[in-house]
Amino acid sequence: MATKHRTEIAVAEGLSEELRLRMYRIQVELRESEQRAYDLFLQNLVKGTSHLSLGQEAVATGFAAAMEPGDLTFCTYRGHAHTLARGVPMDRVLGELMGRDNGLLRGKGGSMHLTSVEHGVMGSYAIVGAHIPIACGAAWRAQYKGDTDVSTCFFGDGTTNIGAFHEGLNLAAIWKLPVVFVCENNLYMEYTPIGDVTAVRDPAAGRAAAYGLESIIIDGQDADVVYRTAKAAYDKARSGGGPSLIECLTYRYSGHSRADPAKYRPEGELDFWRGKRDPIRIYRERLLQAGISESTLLEIEDVVRQRVEEATAICKAAPPPPAELLTTDVYADGGWAWRN
Amino acid sequence: MAELTYRDAVARGIAQEMERDSDVVFLGEDIGKAGGVFKATVGLYDRFGPLRVRDTPISEQAIMGAAMGAAMTGLKPIAEIMFSDFIAVCFDYLANQFSKSRYMTNGQAKCPLVVRTANGGGARFGAQHSQSVENWCMMIPGLKVVAPSTPLDVIGLLAASVRDPDPVIFFEHKSLYATKGEVPDGEILDQLGVAKIVRPGTDATILALALMVPRAVAAAEKLKAEHGVDCEVVDVRSLVPMDTQTMLGSVSRTHRLFTVEENPRLCGWGAELVSIIADEAFYDLDGPPVRITTPHIPLPSTDILEDLAMPSVDRIVETIRRSLGS
Amino acid sequence: MPQLGETVTEGKITVWFKSVGDAVAPGDNLFEIETDKVSMEVPATSAGILKEIRVRQGEVAPVSAVVAIIGDNGSAPTPKPAIRKKQSPITLEPYNEVHTPARNFGPARLANGVTVSPLARRLAVEAGVDLERVKGSGPFGRIHAADIEAVRAVQASTAAPTPAPRTAAATPVRALYKDVPFEEVPLDAMRRTIARRLVEAKQTIPHFYLAIDVDITRLLALREEANGALPEKLSINDFIIKGFALALQRVPAANAVWAEDSVLRFRHSDVGVAVAIEGGLFTPVIRRAETKSLSAISAEMKDLAARARERKLLPHEYQGGVASISNLGMYGVREFSAIINPPQSTILAVGAGQRRQVENGFATLMTVTLSCDHRVVDGALGAQLLAAFKAVIENPITLLI
Repeated sequence: MATKHRTEIAVAEGLSEELRLRMYRIQVELRESEQRAYDLFLQNLVKGTSHLSLGQEAVATGFAAAMEPGDLTFCTYRGHAHTLARGVPMDRVLGELMGRDNGLLRGKGGSMHLTSVEHGVMGSYAIVGAHIPIACGAAWRAQYKGDTDVSTCFFGDGTTNIGAFHEGLNLAAIWKLPVVFVCENNLYMEYTPIGDVTAVRDPAAGRAAAYGLESIIIDGQDADVVYRTAKAAYDKARSGGGPSLIECLTYRYSGHSRADPAKYRPEGELDFWRGKRDPIRIYRERLLQAGISESTLLEIEDVVRQRVEEATAICKAAPPPPAELLTTDVYADGGWAWRN
Repeated sequence: MAELTYRDAVARGIAQEMERDSDVVFLGEDIGKAGGVFKATVGLYDRFGPLRVRDTPISEQAIMGAAMGAAMTGLKPIAEIMFSDFIAVCFDYLANQFSKSRYMTNGQAKCPLVVRTANGGGARFGAQHSQSVENWCMMIPGLKVVAPSTPLDVIGLLAASVRDPDPVIFFEHKSLYATKGEVPDGEILDQLGVAKIVRPGTDATILALALMVPRAVAAAEKLKAEHGVDCEVVDVRSLVPMDTQTMLGSVSRTHRLFTVEENPRLCGWGAELVSIIADEAFYDLDGPPVRITTPHIPLPSTDILEDLAMPSVDRIVETIRRSLGS
Repeated sequence: MPQLGETVTEGKITVWFKSVGDAVAPGDNLFEIETDKVSMEVPATSAGILKEIRVRQGEVAPVSAVVAIIGDNGSAPTPKPAIRKKQSPITLEPYNEVHTPARNFGPARLANGVTVSPLARRLAVEAGVDLERVKGSGPFGRIHAADIEAVRAVQASTAAPTPAPRTAAATPVRALYKDVPFEEVPLDAMRRTIARRLVEAKQTIPHFYLAIDVDITRLLALREEANGALPEKLSINDFIIKGFALALQRVPAANAVWAEDSVLRFRHSDVGVAVAIEGGLFTPVIRRAETKSLSAISAEMKDLAARARERKLLPHEYQGGVASISNLGMYGVREFSAIINPPQSTILAVGAGQRRQVENGFATLMTVTLSCDHRVVDGALGAQLLAAFKAVIENPITLLI
């Protein structure tokens, strides 16, 4: 199968202004929120570890905007952006990072396990690749019951080398499951350049043929490109056309996790991506070119910043989870009794 | 009333639940068209069709993950892992994923799934296809663990497991597949967390599981006939949730405790039960609690060696006799 | 038979308030017991019918023995516990998923080296069987439940136990006086305890005795002045108690007790004070006496003495302590030596204050004799303690500061 690089698309053609402003707003929310999470970490209000999506906003946004309300997402421990992009309130996410009782999981899951079934966020998964077959299962259910929702599974470039990736992709392909696999290739598998540990140049797109799937690799910093690609994949899945595997080229500004100062990056790389390849800068410029006024954009940015402040204040005032919560919800009866 | 083999009971139990609830689906390797490598799922494919009874590739992780994803979103999947040894291949899902997701998500995520698998030795399949690994599972918080010893219990406990809203791992014993037992007609539903006294007695309590239950009963009969010792045999059936009350009650009457465990010695399921009983019923014990187990070795494949390893009726009799005699 | 006090091993049931067949509700008084020191009522903790009384009025039973059975309405009591039927699952508490038994039924190995199974230990306590007297049928004489059952069977088949079994030694004494009229006074719990403990003290503690004369002229003057200012009068003994406590604080090595394999040295001085009552004596303890004011000590002593006379002291009020005082001065006794209360290491015997001639006239002198346990307190140390006591009492202002 021939490799297609979809880096040249007539951007913005046919996309409504409302949609595009919404995508701008979401990207700004993701950026400001993650930045705030980083600051709170420095103030020791966010404990443990967290994995930031700074720089990867366009992928989460483009796919979220293309989804239908009932669609389901499965993401990794680098999942704050994916969670927020689906409409989960900021204070619930920040609260969970800060280990407060108002957190999305009341402090029991933490940054790496953000879940909101109500919003279709069916979990963030800390074991690399584990959620790929799980997403297949959700898609199998849709197929079995004749439901029309599609499951999206987000993962990184490093995940393409783990066993569950192979098993999940194979299963999705042979059963033609309504699932979309999104590989966010940010060039690094944890602390190592992806090229050092992957047998092919394109970790996801280079493996698509192994599952009989089309090889798709796109510019992950361009929300419009991401949106269009996502829409096509969702249409295909919803109409019974089976799974898609989409590799998005992107970059993360921070280290793998808090513990990582990312000294392994070559000189100038970060500045390059932060400058010319910053997704919010790209999108902003395009909106201005399309005739959106500066003041509209500034207003969006102000509202977002205000909401970040409000969310922060709520979380700082929130109490820690109560001790009684410790042994709740191990089993469906709400308790933990393993014996009589 | 009918006499059914253990393996036919498996198929009947699955069929009963799939008939009752259209959300119950079944996946695994060679379970559909082939009726299962142990022929425990014969007829299900024809009866319920390829959409509900799905043959999968050799992909244990995909099987477990797909079961979890389906369970999280509304189905009640039964997933087969062909040999229980293979849960090591997909252990992430048992240990890290579906057992914990309800807790981690503060009750949002649910996983009403059943993993059924063929456990245990005696079939000369060698070290990687003969293990008893129920103890690997009982130590995972959030996971329920069941091991029936009779065809009746297979159906009843499988039905209870399918209807249980929590993830359950259901250990069938491959050397029991050919055994037979009486099974009434109609729907059969048992309860998790209930142990059964299969042979009442007065002089000692023997706790046993799966294949070791008939061996313990046979040993108890021999002890009575040849040594005048009358043992009570308890079929534990459900490791989690654990019926400690029946076991404590038994020890409070007999004052001696033995376990017969097929797993290798260290951290076998009996270690935990002995610990609980030695703690809560310390002052009911008239002598030390004794565990009769396979030695802490991998299982050999040759029949003579395998039989030396697994607790035999004679070894059970001799151990108990010596212990009570002192 | 409830446990009252660490050294209490048995109790006598003096009154049964209920009879067999009576209904019992939680809180109803069932019976009254007399232990070595106190009388107490014992209430029921469950509801039901009193089915069986095993220890009758006037009889003695060991602590933890079953004295009666309360059963359900209309049902016969089961001799052995049936299979536990669980109505509802245990509520699991974190850190307490497995419930360790609250009660300890004794060590696995007896002093004579014999081992006992856990069940046998429990049965022995419940049946009041002395393990030292049981012949074990297990290896190396290990005692199993069956051995306890055997002893119980023998016990049950004999007549009801008498409260004070005649010992071999008692018979020749009666025989010696057989032609002399006498009234036989049965031993009550207090008398038996005093007998037992003081024999033990005399036999095991290496006593030696140090006497000193203390000039209490200034003490008496201070006391008169204090009592002029107070409605509640201080007794000389109140001063002596505080004085002894301060002396013990000044000689910390003597503020200690013998603990078999070590000496326990205390920070505070808990001083026992002998109180004579009808038929015997009690030694209630003033805790941390060195920190209490004279009036506090006085009030406490009045309360303790009153309750001691009624035999209503609680065990924690007369147990423990590092040293005691016995004052027979009010009876005119000039000087005497007291027997140490184990496990304490000293006791101060206080005589009467007397006008005696001294070098330059007359003074009121009081002779005190300190009994010392030589294992803890050597001669010089005892002498230091006495000297400290004398110094404090002869300079009584130190008792106030």
